[in-house]
Amino acid sequence: MTPAPADLSGLSGRFLAMLGPHGVITDPVRLRTYECDGLTYHRATPAVVVLPETAEQVAAVVRACHETGTPFVARGSGTGLSGGALPRSDGVLIVTSRMRRILEIDVENRRAVVEPGVTNLAITEAARPYGYYYAPDPSSQQICSIGGNVAENSGGAHCLKYGFTVNHVLAVELVTPEGEIVLLDAMDPGYDLLGAFIGSEGTLGIATKITVRLSREPETVTTLLAAFPDVETGGVAVSAIIGAGIVPAAIEMMDALAIEAAEAAVRCDYPPGAGAVLIVELDGPHAEVAHEFARVDAICRESGAFAVRVADDPARRAAIWKGRRSAFAAVGRISPAYLVQDGVVPRTALPAVLAGIERLSARYGIRVANVFHAGDGNLHPLVLFDDAEEGAGERAELVSGEILDLCLEHGGSITGEHGVGVDKSRYMPKMFTAEDLDTMQLVRCAFDPRNLSNPGKIFPTPRLCGEVPGVRKGVHPLVASGEADLF
Amino acid sequence: MTPGEALAATGVDARAAGPGDAVAGVTPRWVALPESTGEVALVMRAAAEHGLAVVPAGGGTKLSWGYAPTRCDLLLDTRRMNRVLEHEAGDLVVRVQAGVTAAALASALGEAGQQLALDVMAEEATVGGVLATAAAGPRRLRHGTPRDLLIGITVVLADGTIARSGGKVVKNVAGYDLGKLFTGSLGTLGVITEATFRLHPLPASRAWVTATSPDPRVLTAVATLAGSQLEPSALELDRPGTHGPLTVAALFEGVAAAERAKAAAELLGDGSAISSGPPAWWARLPGERPAPDPAELLQETPGGHPTEDGPGPRLTESSPGDRSLEERVPQGGGFLLELRVPPAFAGRALAAVAWASDDAGGPPVHVRGSAASCVLHLAVPVDTPPGAAEIFVTSLRSEVAGDGGRLVVWTAPPEAAARLDRFGPVGAATLMRRVKERFDPEGRMSPGRLAGAPPAGSGT
Repeated sequence: MTPAPADLSGLSGRFLAMLGPHGVITDPVRLRTYECDGLTYHRATPAVVVLPETAEQVAAVVRACHETGTPFVARGSGTGLSGGALPRSDGVLIVTSRMRRILEIDVENRRAVVEPGVTNLAITEAARPYGYYYAPDPSSQQICSIGGNVAENSGGAHCLKYGFTVNHVLAVELVTPEGEIVLLDAMDPGYDLLGAFIGSEGTLGIATKITVRLSREPETVTTLLAAFPDVETGGVAVSAIIGAGIVPAAIEMMDALAIEAAEAAVRCDYPPGAGAVLIVELDGPHAEVAHEFARVDAICRESGAFAVRVADDPARRAAIWKGRRSAFAAVGRISPAYLVQDGVVPRTALPAVLAGIERLSARYGIRVANVFHAGDGNLHPLVLFDDAEEGAGERAELVSGEILDLCLEHGGSITGEHGVGVDKSRYMPKMFTAEDLDTMQLVRCAFDPRNLSNPGKIFPTPRLCGEVPGVRKGVHPLVASGEADLF
Repeated sequence: MTPGEALAATGVDARAAGPGDAVAGVTPRWVALPESTGEVALVMRAAAEHGLAVVPAGGGTKLSWGYAPTRCDLLLDTRRMNRVLEHEAGDLVVRVQAGVTAAALASALGEAGQQLALDVMAEEATVGGVLATAAAGPRRLRHGTPRDLLIGITVVLADGTIARSGGKVVKNVAGYDLGKLFTGSLGTLGVITEATFRLHPLPASRAWVTATSPDPRVLTAVATLAGSQLEPSALELDRPGTHGPLTVAALFEGVAAAERAKAAAELLGDGSAISSGPPAWWARLPGERPAPDPAELLQETPGGHPTEDGPGPRLTESSPGDRSLEERVPQGGGFLLELRVPPAFAGRALAAVAWASDDAGGPPVHVRGSAASCVLHLAVPVDTPPGAAEIFVTSLRSEVAGDGGRLVVWTAPPEAAARLDRFGPVGAATLMRRVKERFDPEGRMSPGRLAGAPPAGSGT
């Protein structure tokens, strides 16, 4: 159910004066275009949408929101998978898609300065003629915006070696929730506010200009696809590769059901009979990669791989990645509906957690396809169900939720890259104590004392800024778990 | 109950402070020696009840960095929090107490063929201190700085609240990253008590290439090397004299390190040399005495005392095993500055240093640091007149401002310290101050040490 949008006509009038008719949407039909992001089962029609073209316009809009106590949500390309850009029916949606200029490709300083609406891939394309690229590569990189990447601290298949957005952003100009334009720069002394801002899911302000680090293209890239009889043997190979002191650019695994879906969707032509495939990508100086490749190839065969394919040119590499990249959408071929989960476990806990997922699947009669970033323990179980079947959706939700419980039991996280958004705020108290969440809230209150910037995301019903926490009773969970002791 | 009695009542080991415990000339009244996060929380609650100003300290190697605290009642010494809590080699993750020293951690991880990929400038530096000062060395080029390797943190706030963020998995975007916030906080937001890091395998081999050149033109070759596909792990420079010759050194790590070093030597030209060990100045701050023997330091680190001692007042006299801060802080007492510019402007930065020195009447400046990331440390002798130091700082800061540069004065002799703007303009100073006010509304955590984040209306 979508609540009816609030009447913000007074504010809309001010926005029209600031942005002109081209920059403000109030038409109910057009507003519906923005009612959800990539997580389509949460919907809300915004009261008004604005499409600013400059940081000053964003600041003016935010100041107006701040003056009137109106909540606002920023949105880039709307590809997020946790409802982080879900609008408020009583608020303003600030869309950055018209701020898409690449302001500077500065090869000598190995950096690019871009506006938030620029797509992730556009940065790499602009840098490529100089032999550089932008390292974080979320699967949606063709359409997702860099502003959204900053909000979510996006990763990608290659973050095992190269890290996340936060490791590649050098500076952010932002509009604070009170409408000030502030520069956060990695070169500044003091608190790493830049690091704290990246991944704050739009709750600490809106990025209006982003300076990213450009990375030199590696001399060699070699991609290997190994087919295993089952996920367990593939997992043995992953442990052995890491144990050998090799840090590949990526290690991805797909199980039998995910392979089946990918074959149905894109005919990726993986080795027949594979119960699991492992994709290992190595990059760097030629001499290093050649040595590592020989080790990885040997490890895969020793661990039980029955077929190994190698690609060292872009076309063959694309063929290997084709199935993996299509996996999410491909499950649509084998199931009428599905949920995408995003959980993380320590790599050594992968076998136990995968076995646990299999048990959940059997208990609820719900199929689960597994696609995961095996190198860093980031699971993307695809929970398949038939939405025409009564109760199936509810059972799928249960399975999906219990997978997160499994991740937490094994010392993991409720999200590795999709964010908390609206989707997982209710799991935050399972991962963090009230003290932890209250302390995070101190950051929120410092940036956004009126709680207007993307309210309702990440945190389950936070206290108001200025409210004093109650006296705590009982034992701190760190004490209970033996991680901390009081005496 | 007096504050001393309240501290004793916590049952946490504590003692009366002596002049040797002074933080940048400010002598505390007590020193607390907690052994765990829980004990830190007990101490902080007692400190909160009695309005005590608290300065956390680890190895003390950088305790003279930043402004002197405006108040210091209690020095919270974390060195007994020296346990490695969890090291799952297969996960390449370690969780440690904040008082673990860089040397002890390196030795524990080395046994598993792993490392925390940070070059710590002093063996006695603790994990907590490295985070609080955001200190990093040559390999920042490849692996980043502490904030890039930190994946989870536990802190105790001024009111005794224990808070944690992140976790023990590398990939994790749940909640705000308090670890980032505390990185570079100089003890002003709370006490860092535990940290979890991602680790890297130790490289199969290492090779260094060094070249000495009469002038900064060698930086052109450095830029070429930084932009090459040879992937150096570090690219450093050392210039002992203001106008003197310049030595650059590149580190290669991996199975084929020697082969890549050879290719780099060709880029750097005639006179470059390949070695399997680092130059003597590698990963050392300029202007410091030579590195002490790490083995000797480890022996002197106080061991944890048995917890079965039971609670009770233990306000003891200074124990002989505890080396005082005075003894641990690197001697020299000169000026240490940190200059950052975007990497393409490294040559201009060196020229700016020389000009600023000329402006200030020619104090000798020793420059050393990361050439490719362009984070340079500058040592200026202790006997430089305060007025000259002020001219040097002002002139250099304005010279690099146009290139987007920053200049921080980490240490300065007392007479000059009062005249110097240590941090220069910070774009986010207002936001930093708001964060500080939220975390430490009474302004009791290392008050005054980080300008840009003083509590509003704190007066002194």
